[in-house]
Amino acid sequence: MSGTEESLDTFPKLLMQHARLRGGRAAIREKKHGIWKTLSWAQLAEKVQSLASALAESGLQRGGHVALVGDNRPRLYAAMCAAQWLGAVAVPLYQDATAAEMVHPIQSAGITHVFAEDQEQVDKILEILPQCPSIRVIVYDEDRGMRHYKQAQLISFAALRDKGLDLLAARQGMLQDELAKGSGADAAAMFFTSGTTGQAKGVVLTHAALIDRARVAAEMEGLNENDVAVAYLPPAWIGQNIFSYAQPMVVGYCICCPESPDTFLSDMREVGPTYFFAPPRVLEALLTQVSIRMEDAGSIKRWLYARCMSVAERVGARITSGEAVPWGDRMAYAVGNLAIYGPLRDVLGMSRVRVAYTAGEAVGPELLMFFRSIGINVKQLYGSTETSVFVCVQPDGQVKPDTVGPAVRGVELKFTPQRELLVRSPGLFKEYHLNPEATRAAKDAEGWFHTGDAGYLGEDGHLRIIDRVKDVGALADGTLFAPKLLENKLKFFPFVKEAVAFGDGRNQVCMFVNIDMAAVGNWADKKNIAYTGHSDLASRAEVHQLIADCLAKVNADLATDDTLARSQIHRFLVLHKELDADDGELTRTRKVRRGFIGERYQTLVNALYSTQSSVRVDAEVRYEDGRVGMVSADVQLCNAKTYPSAPLKKAA
Amino acid sequence: MTIQLHAHARAFPIGATILQVDDVSLRFGGVRALTGVSFDVREHEVRAIIGPNGAGKSSMLNVINGVYQPQEGTLTFRGNKLDGMTPRRAAHMGISRTFQNIALFKGMTVLDNIMAGRNLRMHASFLEVAFRLPRATREEAENRDVVEEIIEFLEIEHIRKTPVGRLPYGLQKRVELGRALAAEPSILLLDEPMAGMNIEEKQDMCRYVLDVNDHYGTTVVLIEHDMGVVMDISDRVVVLDYGKKIGDGSPEEVRANQEVIDAYLGVAH
Repeated sequence: MSGTEESLDTFPKLLMQHARLRGGRAAIREKKHGIWKTLSWAQLAEKVQSLASALAESGLQRGGHVALVGDNRPRLYAAMCAAQWLGAVAVPLYQDATAAEMVHPIQSAGITHVFAEDQEQVDKILEILPQCPSIRVIVYDEDRGMRHYKQAQLISFAALRDKGLDLLAARQGMLQDELAKGSGADAAAMFFTSGTTGQAKGVVLTHAALIDRARVAAEMEGLNENDVAVAYLPPAWIGQNIFSYAQPMVVGYCICCPESPDTFLSDMREVGPTYFFAPPRVLEALLTQVSIRMEDAGSIKRWLYARCMSVAERVGARITSGEAVPWGDRMAYAVGNLAIYGPLRDVLGMSRVRVAYTAGEAVGPELLMFFRSIGINVKQLYGSTETSVFVCVQPDGQVKPDTVGPAVRGVELKFTPQRELLVRSPGLFKEYHLNPEATRAAKDAEGWFHTGDAGYLGEDGHLRIIDRVKDVGALADGTLFAPKLLENKLKFFPFVKEAVAFGDGRNQVCMFVNIDMAAVGNWADKKNIAYTGHSDLASRAEVHQLIADCLAKVNADLATDDTLARSQIHRFLVLHKELDADDGELTRTRKVRRGFIGERYQTLVNALYSTQSSVRVDAEVRYEDGRVGMVSADVQLCNAKTYPSAPLKKAA
Repeated sequence: MTIQLHAHARAFPIGATILQVDDVSLRFGGVRALTGVSFDVREHEVRAIIGPNGAGKSSMLNVINGVYQPQEGTLTFRGNKLDGMTPRRAAHMGISRTFQNIALFKGMTVLDNIMAGRNLRMHASFLEVAFRLPRATREEAENRDVVEEIIEFLEIEHIRKTPVGRLPYGLQKRVELGRALAAEPSILLLDEPMAGMNIEEKQDMCRYVLDVNDHYGTTVVLIEHDMGVVMDISDRVVVLDYGKKIGDGSPEEVRANQEVIDAYLGVAH
């Protein structure tokens, strides 16, 4: 089989290429029982082939759909490739979805085979089995607790693989045929959008789209087989698939799977990835960790940290971008590098990071700059499930906090009069599964995809995203109301975990705030404030004052911008209950569902826009096992300090 | 507090008697800790010992474990009469235990504590270990393998290298359970494993105890005060009061026993 790029148009074909060219190199590493176990490309290829022969035997057809529910494990990726080998479509689902949430994706995709990681996932599948008669085979990886499960559909991964190994020799011919039959136009995977509104839709992506985008981005960053990445985000998310499946398949680099979600930070330190992706919440969590630990440090270390960070703030980001910087500053930075930034990068596990991306939501500028100032090349990118991620990526040296970069090779951008962004690219999705009207609504006849995001291109050719088109609103007096912008400004403070802004059509902006339990708890411990839990802490006057101070700073910042000065936040409340995806308040990717929250907490919103100083609220909560309970609280409504508009004079 | 138990066949069906306690009496000078206590423990079952404070429950465990020698009575383990038992001999025979107030090495890491539970399986001499000779390193690797499986079983990978003294109470209890499991016991004696825990921690601990019984087939004898736990997870219950046995049977039988009710609620004697 020839090895030209054009003929390697599916993931299984790419896999076999790697098995030939670099069979001995590490493909996937997994930390199990405390030590890293390596799977080479050759071993991975063998595993995939035996799985494929077993799956074919168990009735998986070309065009069928295979669900994968579980954490990042070599077996998950092997199963994905094996399904694609036979021309089936891989459908990864969120591990933390409830059984009820899994019914729609499984039914709409007509899933016949499920790869479930452990007993918990199997239990969920079995619970909804009556509603999903299409499921014929359930493969489980961890056998703990599985001893007495007697359902006919169940089979262990090891048993399936053994079956496949036995059949391998006999089925070689069939396997080679299936491999050759695959083409770039075939559907490779289906991802269900988290859906900030309405029912989730199944986005169908072809091999060609994923491979194209993966290749373009990899070439732009110079990724090669020596790179190492950590696979820790949910496999159901398109980004995780790109960084830990599509790109490794194209480039041939190694991915490492941490032992468990709890050990991710220490595992990352052991791995030392060179290529890293972190959603803003992970970056925030890392920054919070650093802040908390610095507060606990001795006075000398705190002084050193403060001095070095002030140097970093001044020149760090510019040095990371490769710009010219005065000699004296460079010396100071070098000293800081030895004393603080180097060890800090090491503690975060990012000493070898060459390229780090963040995306998903508009990142707070201070957050991005913090990491860049200590020498970590974090850049922003923009994309979505429907575009196979890469639409815009900031190149090295052109990293600005308020943009998402210029369009990547092959992408065309266009704007509607309402400033909605339209995208045309080889990486676009094929369709929404079984939903032609939604597909037509999103992708017009000329192939332009309506992203639903509002933005504009700056003079530098960089795209700037304002907010979701439908969320960008206006206050009663016509002032631009961009809720996400305001929320992100507040979320930069480590004390704030989540914020929801209201103001569309109203006379002023008000906010719900969720405190970050770790950071505020730590702060409360230092101030000798006793508390029993999240609700208790959230109701403290001292905590309200703390948040009011944060808001005052945000308002001061807003006051300096002409367009935003009148969208300062006037009133706020600290929510007694943490916003949770299980209650439908957040999506599974932790995006805020503003509309839903506004309806659910209608009483609180109305109270904020009145002159009341406190209000009683009862809210329904759903526990993880599905039971429903009530949480009641007296919530204090607080005022925030606002500033008169004082725009900064532009430099002459 | 209820725990969902799958109505399914046990992986290890309850078998014949593995431990027989016959007419055991224990005295400390004038204090009669145990008087003529007899009961049996069947293989693969979960046996609870309950009773008001001071009833002699911990003393009973200590007798089984070999810490105390009873003045009267016999203990038979797998058909062998146990005479002159010491804790070391008990461990060799496959009896492992945890302690009410946690007896871990607070300065050592979780990993080292559980490895310490393997010490009976380690035969390399002091010099061999000191100079890291092949036999010692091979043994350590083999034992480390077993310990890592236990760590995975108890879901404590993320605190593997943390000194035990820094862990919250609930996790320390889990580590103690891990150390007891490291000895691969046939009988696990648990002395108030749920003491001082809140509901969530109790549910977790119950799950681990049941998992141990289900996955490894270990017979479990546990002392417990929380009636909910006892009713939910034990197969049979022994009730002690003032050193005497006042009840023996399934949890439902024992709960309805008038003498047991009197002992807990208090009746004028």
